[in-house]
Amino acid sequence: MSTMETVTIAPAGTWRLDPVHSSVGFEVDYLGGTFKGQFRDVEAELDTEDGVRLEGTAKVASVDVKEENLAAHLQSPEFFDAERHPELRFRADEVALDGDSIDVHGEITIKGVTKPLELTGTITPPMNDPYGNERIGVELTTAVDRTDFDLKWNMPLPTGEPALANEVRIVAGLFFVKAG
Amino acid sequence: MKVLGISGSLRSRSYNTGLLQTVAGLFPADVDVEIWPRLKEIPPYDEEDDTDEAPEVVADFREAIAGADAVLFATPEYNASVPGQLKNAIDWASRPLATNPLRNKPVAVVGASTGAFGAVWSQAELRKVLATTGARVVDAEVAVGHAPTRFDEEGRLVDENLLEQLQEVVEALVAAVAERCDELAAAAV
Repeated sequence: MSTMETVTIAPAGTWRLDPVHSSVGFEVDYLGGTFKGQFRDVEAELDTEDGVRLEGTAKVASVDVKEENLAAHLQSPEFFDAERHPELRFRADEVALDGDSIDVHGEITIKGVTKPLELTGTITPPMNDPYGNERIGVELTTAVDRTDFDLKWNMPLPTGEPALANEVRIVAGLFFVKAG
Repeated sequence: MKVLGISGSLRSRSYNTGLLQTVAGLFPADVDVEIWPRLKEIPPYDEEDDTDEAPEVVADFREAIAGADAVLFATPEYNASVPGQLKNAIDWASRPLATNPLRNKPVAVVGASTGAFGAVWSQAELRKVLATTGARVVDAEVAVGHAPTRFDEEGRLVDENLLEQLQEVVEALVAAVAERCDELAAAAV
């Protein structure tokens, strides 16, 4: 465990992801702008029963961009290699709070490569929705160097500079519902 | 194991076809190597012709790739790049991208040219094209330069050093197929 203070972030129990409203997306600088995409098929669980554990997966085949050939390219061996590595995985058991700020330390696995990862963001206090569920919301962001995970595709611009940045920002908007 | 060989040269006494025939003899005895003979018949790619019923020769090409465990390309170099007919054939094979038969397929590229460099630029371009289709491109290269001096009168490659390099490509391709088969079998359990 880290030296950070680990606190109870919500009433003890298991919190399951509301996949309809949650999103796990990525942003990367490309051709002078910011290209964004997301993974539609995500799962996550927040367990606050004994310490705090956050785990999640995203299916590579569910990568969602605006053009089917681009989605196919992102799933190919040049990028995520969906056949060989069908899931992205994240696991953390170090979570620190400071007010509504949250700091998560864990490991991310992309294309079979596992690296430590810190995400920061915000967390809402527990609230009751109109359907009798207890909910919390977690917003997390971080950045990774995609080449650390063997996602090395690029294309030179006329200047010789690469068209696609190596730094990829990961943005997760997670809605958790307390398990019954 | 089945390997499909595709020569990017159309002429009957092509060095690259000879190169493929030479490589075919280097595979283990239980590997079936077929050199696809119809490259010249493939029409120019036109999206309007790329319908559910593709031209017969295109369907045959796609089926030949789909039915192979690996594909081995031998390419000459025209104007520092891939011969148009070979690129055109790959364009046909690659549509639609998400389900094309080259996707995840182990492939390797070798090449021969009459010049000194053995089609290295063409090979590099072809590897880039194949990677874009989603193929698993084996990281190996054999560049047969000065081709007229490397083959005998029957069209067989006779350069011992090049034969050793080709053997390494064969072994890398066989290993890539075995690795993929193991992974698919493990995923199916």
